[in-house]
Amino acid sequence: MPDTFLDSTELVLNMGPQHPSTHGVLRVILKLDGEKVLGTDCVIGYLHRGVEKIAENRTYAQFNPYVDRMDYVAAVSNGLGYCLAVEKLLNVEAPPRAKAVRVILTELNRIASHLLWLGTHALDIGAITPVFYCFREREEALKIFEQYCGARLTTHAFRIGGLQYETYDGFERDVKEFCKMFPAKVDEYEELLTNNRIWAGRLKGVGILTGDECKEYGVTGPLLRAAGVKWDLRKAQPYSGYEQYDFEIPTRENGDTYDRYIVRMQEMRQSVRIMEQAVEAIPEGPILGKVGKVIKPPVGEAYVSIEAPKGELGYYVVSDGSTQPYRVRVRPPSYINLQALDKMVRGALVADVVAVIGTLDIVLGEVDR
Amino acid sequence: MADEQNPGGSEAPSPPTGEGQKPPANAAGDAAKPASPKPEANAPPKPPATMAAVAWDSELARELKERFGDGILATSTYLGQNFVATRPDSAIPVLEYLKLEADFDYLVDITAVDWPKRAERFDLVYIVYSFPHNERLRIKIQIADGFEPRTAISVHLTANWLEREVFDMFGIRFAGHPDLRRILLPEDWQGYPLRKDYGILQQDARWVQENLGIESGQ
Repeated sequence: MPDTFLDSTELVLNMGPQHPSTHGVLRVILKLDGEKVLGTDCVIGYLHRGVEKIAENRTYAQFNPYVDRMDYVAAVSNGLGYCLAVEKLLNVEAPPRAKAVRVILTELNRIASHLLWLGTHALDIGAITPVFYCFREREEALKIFEQYCGARLTTHAFRIGGLQYETYDGFERDVKEFCKMFPAKVDEYEELLTNNRIWAGRLKGVGILTGDECKEYGVTGPLLRAAGVKWDLRKAQPYSGYEQYDFEIPTRENGDTYDRYIVRMQEMRQSVRIMEQAVEAIPEGPILGKVGKVIKPPVGEAYVSIEAPKGELGYYVVSDGSTQPYRVRVRPPSYINLQALDKMVRGALVADVVAVIGTLDIVLGEVDR
Repeated sequence: MADEQNPGGSEAPSPPTGEGQKPPANAAGDAAKPASPKPEANAPPKPPATMAAVAWDSELARELKERFGDGILATSTYLGQNFVATRPDSAIPVLEYLKLEADFDYLVDITAVDWPKRAERFDLVYIVYSFPHNERLRIKIQIADGFEPRTAISVHLTANWLEREVFDMFGIRFAGHPDLRRILLPEDWQGYPLRKDYGILQQDARWVQENLGIESGQ
């Protein structure tokens, strides 16, 4: 038998686009040495629909439903960002009632998005139970969306200038019930996972990204906060009345996959806090600001961004004074966060790639647009 | 109602009042944007000529002008958002200066806007943010088709995929980019979809036939 029983040779492994743990049609070409990752190349674009091109060929209002199809698990956030950007160009503001309802629905959507992330992330790691629990509560959130606007995922909940619909009878009751029920459920998930040795063993020290590296790669959202940077656009540049609500920005120090898990769990609790405050005092009044039937912003441009569940979601809208946007650029958090994948998995094991893709919380509809 | 937003012609549109902005003195608007507006009768006038931006004066704006001289074409503000127009070759030094000296440590986005009737047909827009100052800034350059701006990767690593996307969608090549491939479209796709002369129904028919085995993807 030769001295080296098995030679270690470099190997290229193709992961995806049809792979259950890539959360959509993401293809990652892995360069491996045994099980060690030497490098990655992401192949994306399978879901590219040319959303930005479509925007240039639709009126401002017509394009509104399209944005829901980018991050389709957080459609409400997408809609909010787009509406705020066009409102900025029009220089109008949504009335207080619309703002409060926007906050409630957006936070509810943040919870729904984080629940989908938690369930699938845990499933990837090998914990089967949480996904059922998460989908159980996510269903309650989606029911509120369905009652409000008839759609569960691609909600088109907001209109430029305010809300699409007045809230339904019992909306406040449903939201309050959700807020009352939900924190105990988060305890339940945490009981399953937080001190679970396998869970911690698979996540701790995996996919570390420091605060400076996050800034260097433009990585935002829970990834940035888990690396110790206390930055949340809801606090830094408040929009839609977030400055009225009392809430914390959860942060952690290590910037690994486990810390990102903790940050997102705490964010769900904070979202409940915001919703509780908002639903207690929804102002009376109109739900639509002073926008014309034809939306025609003056010539100009604006960049408006919000704290979406995945990070900074920005819209750069250029108006040429017509009824159609001249250019709409979406700054998608998933796309930019995904770029850091290579940095996070270099030197790690193949199994960690699955954990890191999970912790990035990407939605390919938003990556590819 | 919509007309309330843009009452006049192109001469002196009343700008939506941004945060703490003064009323639109014509002089201020003209100072920010030297090109005079064209008559409305022709094709839509140049955007900078009619965007009711006013000159932006601040310590940072003065610092930039002092440091880069005529590399800085204008510092303006619109709707409370500040932007700096620079010469094409000044963009990267300005980004670098902003990062190292002025704490603009986060490159938010790079994108382009196509104005096909203009000689320098593309606006290339860099959006930066400063964590310490909680401030956002846009750097804009105008470049002609075929001009190769320098890559920003040496300043911000984020620029890698952002520039690849701009290349993919607009066909702007970045000089010095280590891996300038298409990113969202297939690598052998022909054409740049976000250019204005690329129709909404247009596609690379050859690619669709060869790879999908159908006549048309529509």
